[in-house]
Amino acid sequence: MAVIAGSRPGPPPIANALTGAVAGAARVLQRNLMVYRRTWRGSLFGSFLTPLLYLTAMGIGLSQLMARGGTDMLGGVRYLDFLGPGILASSCMQTASFESTYPIMGKISWRRNYEAILATPMEVHHLLIGELSWIAFRMTSMATVFLIVLTVFGIPRSPLALLAIPAAVLTGVAFAAPIIAFAATRHNDSGFAALFRFVINPLFLFSGTFFPVSQLPDAGEWVAAATPLYHGVALVRGAVLDSMPATWPLHLAYLVVFVGATGYVAYRLLRRRLVK
Amino acid sequence: MPPTDEILVHARGLTKRFDAFTAVNAVDFDVRTAEAFGFLGPNGAGKTSTMRMIACSSPVTEGDLTVIGMDPRTQAPQIKARLGVVPQADNLDAELSVEENLLMYARYFDMPMSVARPRAAELLEFMQLTERAGDQVEPLSGGMKRRLTIARALINDPELIILDEPTTGLDPQARHLLWERLYRLKQRGATLIITTHYMDEAEQLCDRLVVMDKAAIVAAGTPRELIEKYATREVLELRIPDGARSSLDGRLDGLAERIEELPDRYLLYADDGEHALEGVHGREIPIDSALVRRATLEDVFLRLTGRSLVE
Repeated sequence: MAVIAGSRPGPPPIANALTGAVAGAARVLQRNLMVYRRTWRGSLFGSFLTPLLYLTAMGIGLSQLMARGGTDMLGGVRYLDFLGPGILASSCMQTASFESTYPIMGKISWRRNYEAILATPMEVHHLLIGELSWIAFRMTSMATVFLIVLTVFGIPRSPLALLAIPAAVLTGVAFAAPIIAFAATRHNDSGFAALFRFVINPLFLFSGTFFPVSQLPDAGEWVAAATPLYHGVALVRGAVLDSMPATWPLHLAYLVVFVGATGYVAYRLLRRRLVK
Repeated sequence: MPPTDEILVHARGLTKRFDAFTAVNAVDFDVRTAEAFGFLGPNGAGKTSTMRMIACSSPVTEGDLTVIGMDPRTQAPQIKARLGVVPQADNLDAELSVEENLLMYARYFDMPMSVARPRAAELLEFMQLTERAGDQVEPLSGGMKRRLTIARALINDPELIILDEPTTGLDPQARHLLWERLYRLKQRGATLIITTHYMDEAEQLCDRLVVMDKAAIVAAGTPRELIEKYATREVLELRIPDGARSSLDGRLDGLAERIEELPDRYLLYADDGEHALEGVHGREIPIDSALVRRATLEDVFLRLTGRSLVE
């Protein structure tokens, strides 16, 4: 007489939703760190090089010219001081954006890592939270290196500058979440070149990195204020120059809400793509 | 360990639809603990969709499915914790080494590293990959990648191992090594579910199998039962000169239970092939060559699923 196999007693593999999400995400992070162990030197060197090049070329070269025109427009600080934190925030945007395009696409469809992982007790939200944690890790190490370089140039005003690290993390994740959502809908990489050309590069140029957004025409100013980079730059610059604007809670709230909303969309789209 | 009466996977009316397309149409089957159960069928028959539902990777559209006593709709992670899945195409982590692939996979199953390390070493040994432990995955041969994928599926010591076309694309040596390893796993009491379109593989490995065609199960049984039911004991293959074919009209009739005409030869299904051949000689039918062989699963398969190409 045939009997149907019973479930073996024992705790379920993941005891509750919260510890499960943290543990699952930690494994995705661990996997990325395992890969990073082989590549971290090059990546860290790049983190040194970027601010060094920008600050040398634009900061020192340009600021000589600009000093003659006065610095009122910059809030009375040297151009180098204005530029340094701006470059920090926009580099975070660029790295986080890149990490959320080709590598994520590869894990979805070229190398199908996610398919392999989802054959285990891991679930889609573990993948997403894990990848965002990985971005947070990268942003932390990048911002730390940047702060060291900025210090060499004498830019930070006080230990408050350390708050630039969480601000940079938030800025990076605010780009990673919507771009992972975008990557989850793509079947080839042709959209990514357009994303960088038409979204990321214009933001880099017009979101307060190189000049105050107040220089833009009113409409431009509103557009810039709707993007996460603008708010990221405001917080990072406020921290580094110890001149946090009174509006900081608004910038912070904007980024937090933006990450929550786009993160949820990313979860839905990843799930739709990976579970069929 | 011989197959038992305990049912490990139970499906009734199991259906998978993608929008308007029905990939699996109300299939019924039971897989018993410690048996090797095969899904045969041409491409697009619904084998992989069925496997993906059992593996809890693809939601069930309709019908009942129980895997290791649990419901994939509500207990997918718990079921997956006790499964090993070998997908059709290798999806190894190309950015990790051979050994790291196993260690990281163990982490996804919540195994501590202290347990994962000896387990990974043991599996690399079992799959003859120990020398390549520190190598990257990309330069490995197809057979080695396949073995690594199977080793990875065994990391959590699964009760049920699901293999989707485990030997497609491998050379004969690599296939035989895999068959031998899969047989050993079965000896140790693991339950195997295998899809394949290699009939020799099905005959070698499967205790019982089902043949799927156009989203449905068209036959089920042991390899021997299927051959008895859908073929005869032997097959006489005749090649007849082109000139003689047109004047053959009906002269082969009655020599066998069933006669199939192919572009290059005739197949006469008979329990005694030599006796049928004597009949051919007796009727003085001109032939180029004649071959008597045992009927195989391939004859069953072609009879049930047709000879036309599925693309």
